[in-house]
Amino acid sequence: MSTLKRTPLFEAHKEGGARLVPFAGWEMPVSYSGVMDEHLTVRKSAGLFDVSHMGEILIRGEEAERCLNFLLTNDVSRLTDKKALYTVSCYKDGGSVDDLIVYKVSKSEYLLCVNASNVEKDFEWFKENSRNFNVAITNESDNFAQIALQGPKSDEILQPLTNIDLASLTSFYFNYGKIGSCEAMIARTGYTGERGVELYLAPKDAIYVWHLLLEKGGALGIKPIGLGARDTLRLEMAYPLYGHELSKTISPIEANLGWVVKLKKGSFIGSDTLREQVEKGTKRGLIGLEMIEKGIPREGYPILDSNGKKIGAVTSGTFSPSLNIGIALALVDSRFKDVGTEISVEIRGKSAKARVVQTPFYKPN
Amino acid sequence: MSYEIPDDLFYTKEHEWARREGDFVVVGISAYAQESLGDIVFIELPKIGEELSQNDTFGVVESVKAVSDLFSPISGKVVETNGTVTETPELINQDPYGEGWLIKLTMGDDSELHNLMNATEYEEYLGQEAKEATEP
Repeated sequence: MSTLKRTPLFEAHKEGGARLVPFAGWEMPVSYSGVMDEHLTVRKSAGLFDVSHMGEILIRGEEAERCLNFLLTNDVSRLTDKKALYTVSCYKDGGSVDDLIVYKVSKSEYLLCVNASNVEKDFEWFKENSRNFNVAITNESDNFAQIALQGPKSDEILQPLTNIDLASLTSFYFNYGKIGSCEAMIARTGYTGERGVELYLAPKDAIYVWHLLLEKGGALGIKPIGLGARDTLRLEMAYPLYGHELSKTISPIEANLGWVVKLKKGSFIGSDTLREQVEKGTKRGLIGLEMIEKGIPREGYPILDSNGKKIGAVTSGTFSPSLNIGIALALVDSRFKDVGTEISVEIRGKSAKARVVQTPFYKPN
Repeated sequence: MSYEIPDDLFYTKEHEWARREGDFVVVGISAYAQESLGDIVFIELPKIGEELSQNDTFGVVESVKAVSDLFSPISGKVVETNGTVTETPELINQDPYGEGWLIKLTMGDDSELHNLMNATEYEEYLGQEAKEATEP
């Protein structure tokens, strides 16, 4: 077995009493005070996440924009400097390579934040498919630590510690400034649905910033948060997670991410297949479901129609700490996608009633 | 980390406990089990009257993130289930050896209790599990 990688915050997690587990090749904190408590802390106060396992890929050159528009489904030409967007990268057959955030540093420099489990794959894929463009692509993952500060109290905690005006930093914008004595890229992005920021730091500064935020935010109720609550928080928002709602065999159209597939921008990898999927519709699609009967839907559980026939399966499911019921995302036969449709989830051989609902499941204030 | 392990109980390798109460046995999960699972949010228990053999699964306990089967420490017939924990599963976290009990069984063959671990043996068993978990 290969050894697990550790983020610059590993010692802080150990000292903080986190439960550490292997995740995507990293030894990561899955929980601190308990998933439920951490989840609700982020919803009502603020939480601090170590997301240093995420990958960072830099693309530079005069043709960076054109290249990215070929590699990605969203339209990068819509970005101004210091603005970011969410996108998917597809294979020719419409399957997903990864989902990621693109930060436009300048006309000739973009930072891509990709999933930890996909860094090597993405890096190879981007290099291989950018040969016709005058760009330089580098894997910068070892040069970044990343901390997410999320929750309604985030700005109140961070503002006294930074020279960036957080009130004017709106959704999907970012800027460079200081946190205490450290340089940081501060982005108005996140994976919880709450107001918050993601901080891109030099690895050597991560411990300092982590402790600074925990110390200064203590009075406002900030707590460190593990990957367990990160997953329940994103699931309440119906945000996809690669390997679950998106994969080599699941296209962004099937995953209800048509809004990041810009067919009008011109040809890109996968555009022919994706256009066909948009025009003809797909056989299956992603739904959000809420349990009517007791039970917690889990990944892989079959979804049944009213006659007990299998129509799909759960891609991610959990008990929702905010709503106190079982919720799930599921890939089902498109005929059953309408909000309000009654379906069942097969839980350990028994069928339990559920209903297709509008997502997000939870609406932050 | 150390966990509460009452002296008067018997324990399974799957971390259930059994307490002899005359002709009956009360069953629950250990402090270690509830701590490892985290916040318990759902519990499924058998029907009254169900006949269980030793090591049979008799239900399921779920935390926010995990699903775990429950194994019967002994053979017997279910005479009572804890209705309070099905409504408020967090009781299992708060008081695993008391209010968080799960089922009550008739005591059939009391020699089966000797297939289980006593408190000292269970403590050693937890120590070994912890050691294995930290070894590379």
